[in-house]
Amino acid sequence: MSDKTLLKGGRVLDPSQKLDGTLDVLLADGLVVGVGKDLGAAEDARVIDCSGLLVTPGLIDVHVHLREPGQEHKETIASGARSAAAGGFTAICAMPNTDPAIDDPAAVAFVAAQGRRAGAARVYPLGCISVGRLGERLAPVGEMVDAGAVAITDDGSPIMNSGLMRLALEYAQTFGIPVADHPEDLSLVMEGQMNEGLVSTRLGLRGKPNAAEDIHIIRDILLAELTGGHIHLQHVSTRFGVDAIRQAKARGVHVTAEASPHHLVLTDEVVDGYRTEAKMNPPLRSAADVAAVRAGLADGSLDTIATDHAPHHYDEKEAAFADAPNGIVGLETAVGLILTRVVGEGVIDLATMVERMSCQPARAFRLPGGTLREGSVADVTVLDLGAEWIVDSAAFLSKSRNTPFDGWKLKGAPRYTIVGGALVWER
Amino acid sequence: MNESVSPLGKDLIGLEHLSSEQILSILDTAEPFKEISERRIKKVPVLRGKTIVNLFFEASTRTRVSFEFAEKRLSADTVNISSSGSSVVKGETLVDTARNLEAMRIDMVVMRHGSSGAARFLAERIPSSVINAGDGQHEHPTQGLLDLLTIRDHRGPIAGLKVCIVGDVLHSRVARSNIFGLLKLGAEVAVCGPPTLLPVGIAELGVKVIARVEEAVEWADVLNVLRLQLERMHGGYVPSLREYNRIWGVSRARLDAVKKDVLVLHPGPMNRGVEIDSDVADGPHSVILNQVTNGVAVRMAVLYLLAGGQPERAEAAKQGGDS
Repeated sequence: MSDKTLLKGGRVLDPSQKLDGTLDVLLADGLVVGVGKDLGAAEDARVIDCSGLLVTPGLIDVHVHLREPGQEHKETIASGARSAAAGGFTAICAMPNTDPAIDDPAAVAFVAAQGRRAGAARVYPLGCISVGRLGERLAPVGEMVDAGAVAITDDGSPIMNSGLMRLALEYAQTFGIPVADHPEDLSLVMEGQMNEGLVSTRLGLRGKPNAAEDIHIIRDILLAELTGGHIHLQHVSTRFGVDAIRQAKARGVHVTAEASPHHLVLTDEVVDGYRTEAKMNPPLRSAADVAAVRAGLADGSLDTIATDHAPHHYDEKEAAFADAPNGIVGLETAVGLILTRVVGEGVIDLATMVERMSCQPARAFRLPGGTLREGSVADVTVLDLGAEWIVDSAAFLSKSRNTPFDGWKLKGAPRYTIVGGALVWER
Repeated sequence: MNESVSPLGKDLIGLEHLSSEQILSILDTAEPFKEISERRIKKVPVLRGKTIVNLFFEASTRTRVSFEFAEKRLSADTVNISSSGSSVVKGETLVDTARNLEAMRIDMVVMRHGSSGAARFLAERIPSSVINAGDGQHEHPTQGLLDLLTIRDHRGPIAGLKVCIVGDVLHSRVARSNIFGLLKLGAEVAVCGPPTLLPVGIAELGVKVIARVEEAVEWADVLNVLRLQLERMHGGYVPSLREYNRIWGVSRARLDAVKKDVLVLHPGPMNRGVEIDSDVADGPHSVILNQVTNGVAVRMAVLYLLAGGQPERAEAAKQGGDS
């Protein structure tokens, strides 16, 4: 007997097939077996009534920190995978800046195995570019790919050595994986704690100039152009950076890039009052930068929305600003924020949202999913666009609560998250 | 003393969020308190029974001693905690230190801390009054206030005066408190220093940026000369102390080149021969020791007001009639 699920009567929006209409989706044995009008339910199919709901290919977040191994008090792979499912994500990519760093095949296999054991969203490991994330010599990229790594990055630590970045972009082409970089020139950042500007000057906090990010973005683009490799630029936050990526794409450089929900909706004004829950890297920038990131998301210069989910224990953020770590959790607020503040404000339409949160992440990282085409993995997200809710970090499935969005009123929320045909979360 | 709501609110974190009326009321309250330090018996019962903790996470002599004199001359009970030898160096967090102090039932904390925002952080977490004695590169409000009081003593009302802050504005909490306070009281404010030591967006605060110290002397009625910390040279912000003195130093020759009488302040401790020459520091333009004297009076005023004292009753309180 096969395991069948029929998603009945929802508005199916699948930009990968240019589908948008009231349709049924039939899943069986972990695959999509059909999308069409009034698919007759086989008697043994479980039927989920999706009328009034939006059915999309499963959402994919290519940038999350799961903290395991080493910092399980912040998050575990299991809690992160459940948090992702609760946020409507069917797959997530785990950053390798753990302790120890994920820089060998055994560590990659451990992350993948923990992900499977969690039984929630799929967890795809990333491996390090360099051994120990030290930025000195290449990690065993081929062996890590064999063990399940879908990309390499030293995220959190930019690759400052341009020669090493060139080697990584060349070497990774053998395996057809992107090299993801956190673009930041550390020599320009110094003791920077937030965006450099009027707010940092008033607060007496050292600033990080846009140029620190811009220089690194340009450098990475030049190296991708030189090598023909695929550079994936993480959490782009500057207006110049967006424009540089736009121009590089026009020249045919193999570059993909992320926008984070917080860089789409918040400016550095939010830091006023030394709010450590608004401390992140790259920092929240100016209104002009937010407008540029929005424009880049709309015109496709920025390919994917990625949360940079970065859990921290509450007492680590309970500190003077300079002493608090960077990052916020994002998996459980992303859908609501994007629907309310990005789609809701007319920056992108629903189909583009699904492109940026499902189709393109799958394409950029060559992951299964991102489509409801027959024969593809049965990863499906069902959204309730009318659901009004208030962000309550205490209710997060993540182990951490560090969000600047607590108390925000949002409209639109995930209703069902289906991974490999199994309902892993429902609201 | 009548326990009533403080005209300053619970804490003194900075001058940025005070009104000009509040700043003036502190300065006016400081006036009657000046005289206490001139008495043979330097003690009045204004803060009798109040417990104050001086919590210093960074080394300080002048500010800590000034606060301590202010507290003792108002009869408060004080405890000093400095970072060396305290639980701080044993890894205790700021929150835990604060909560432990609070559990011993205190009334006020005077805190210096190396991180910008630390004073506000503490103030939001304990019911006691918090006085910021310098937080990172943010504010040092009592220094700003004593500078205002000293300028007013020598040049009359602040409004309309031209005050230039000279030196390392980037790393200076004194600069920020001066800028906020002076602008609130209607002064024209300028900064002058190496561009490597001026923060981005400083002009947006409403201050003029003057390139050369000679022009600053020419423009200003008052110069507030900041200390150049020796680490700045190692950080590469300036090539050498000698060059700094050549280009940015406030010298007698530069002061004598202008006809008018420029008032010179310095928050201390001075690097003689670097940002300020000895013949300026010890000369007729300097009011540096007046600043130190005023520091005690201003801090008495702040302590009195935060304890619920009213500005108009300060004279009576001092005489013991309102205690």
